[in-house]
Amino acid sequence: MRISVISVAAMGLMASVAFAEEVLPTAVSFNDDGAVEQSLSGTAGDAANGRKIVGDKKQGNCVACHQVSDLADVPFQGEIGPMLDGAGERWSEAELRGIVANAKIMFEDSMMPSFYKTEGFIRPGNAYTGKAADDTFGPLLSAQQIEDVVAYLVTLKE
Amino acid sequence: MRKLTGAFMATLMATTVASADPVDDNLILNEETEIVTRTAAPAHLSDALDEVMSGWLFRGTETRAMQADDFDNPGMIFVEQAQEAWETAEGSEGKSCASCHNDMDSMAGVKATYPKWNEAAGEVRTLQMQVNDCRENRMGAEAWKYDKADAINMEAALASVSRGLPVNVAIDGPAQSTWELGKELYYTRTGQLELSCANCHEDNYGMMIRADHLSQGQINGFPVYRLKNTKLNGAHSRFKGCIRDTRAETYSPGSAEFIALELYVASRGNGLSVEGPSIRN
Ligand code: HEC
Ligand code: HEC
Ligand code: HEC
Repeated sequence: MRISVISVAAMGLMASVAFAEEVLPTAVSFNDDGAVEQSLSGTAGDAANGRKIVGDKKQGNCVACHQVSDLADVPFQGEIGPMLDGAGERWSEAELRGIVANAKIMFEDSMMPSFYKTEGFIRPGNAYTGKAADDTFGPLLSAQQIEDVVAYLVTLKE
Repeated sequence: MRKLTGAFMATLMATTVASADPVDDNLILNEETEIVTRTAAPAHLSDALDEVMSGWLFRGTETRAMQADDFDNPGMIFVEQAQEAWETAEGSEGKSCASCHNDMDSMAGVKATYPKWNEAAGEVRTLQMQVNDCRENRMGAEAWKYDKADAINMEAALASVSRGLPVNVAIDGPAQSTWELGKELYYTRTGQLELSCANCHEDNYGMMIRADHLSQGQINGFPVYRLKNTKLNGAHSRFKGCIRDTRAETYSPGSAEFIALELYVASRGNGLSVEGPSIRN
């Protein structure tokens, strides 16, 4: 009895892994407007964690360029990009996913970095060391982190 | 969609520029030397900018005041050290800089023209390269390491006797191809963040990027004494830091790329006064 319960749980886990197929940074499909319909991780985003990522210097550091009133507790918000207040009203979830994954598809030549991209860089470095990238090189944010950020942006209504 | 964001950004900019704009202030050194901290952009830059501005205008009141008086400027301590080195004989020839050049004041105006084409060597030389040429080939002394204390102190001393004179580097003739390379580097979006010098210092000066107030990234004030690391910093070291911040593989101080970039960036400040050693955050 005991054994079968465990094996059922294990099977459930395997099933969720199988379904939650991650979309690789090189395989993201943008529509003509630069939006991405499909979830990158296959797992719903966690808005609370997304909020942390947006304000954290070591993660998204979106506040380096954007102001967000909801993050009033985070000091020194930049003013390079538009204020993110109301982003969830201006944009659909798919559009927000496209902007965060690779804003340059929607906004040509945008200054905004592409957070889910691994190819096509000039002199890519190993984080902020100034040294060349090595085989640990990955996208700025993981698939799940992008989903979390998108889930948070959707909540930003004016 | 692009248009919509543009309009949105325009309103945003109209409301925030006032707080982050460069200050309206004049720099008079030691109550006698007027420093030009803003002037019309040089012709080669007029498509991109109307006015060029010293980084001094983007710093806080106290930092600006500190630079206005040599007694308050910590960078001048290093200038004094270089003044001693100027008079100290070194190397196999038993000569000092003073043996050939007399007073440091004889160098007034020199810093304003560097980096500069050297006909005999057939290369564009930065001031540090020229000093090392004198050390190695005329004094029989060892070259100083690029941007390290000895070299940067001497560069600051040479800058100090040119303060108030307009930056005037030549970009045509044999220097042109180096200048073109520097320009290309300036507009190349490097690293995982894909940012060029122009993204920050041409398109967004006056704006805050996180806690930093972006200037035009001019080098008329170099070497700069930074309150952050309490020593003199060279332009190449600053370039290195900025490129590192784009999550890129940087170039090294003294590299061909940075020599070219220095010539190009210096030329963007043609017309501003030499200010070094200046004070920055
Ligand atoms: C280096 C600057 C920079 C960083 C860092 C940055 N952005 Fe942006 N962002 C911009 C700019 C500039 C735009 C305006 C689009 C354009 O280029 O026209 C923009 C646009 C946007 C928009 C659409 C704005 C609107 O409401 O109309 C969203 C949403 C957005 N960014 C979210 C983010 C998030 C989330 C992050 C971090 C994960 C981030 N940005 C990081 C510069 C940046
Ligand atoms: C033995 C003589 C001699 C000594 C010693 C010497 N120099 Fe020179 N220096 C020269 C000569 C000659 C030139 C001109 C070289 C040229 O134009 O190619 C020169 C050029 C320069 C220039 C460029 C001037 C310009 O108008 O472009 C600088 C700067 C300079 N020296 C600094 C120094 C410093 C600093 C030292 C000591 C560390 C030093 N020199 C030691 C002979 C000397
Ligand atoms: C991500 C933004 C960013 C990029 C890209 C960038 N810089 Fe900077 N830079 C800064 C910041 C922030 C400072 C400190 C505040 C200031 O003086 O603008 C700075 C300072 C400077 C300064 C010192 C100015 C002074 O008066 O003290 C120079 C020079 C400079 N940058 C040149 C460059 C060059 C050349 C490049 C390209 C190779 C470059 N920067 C790329 C952000 C950037």
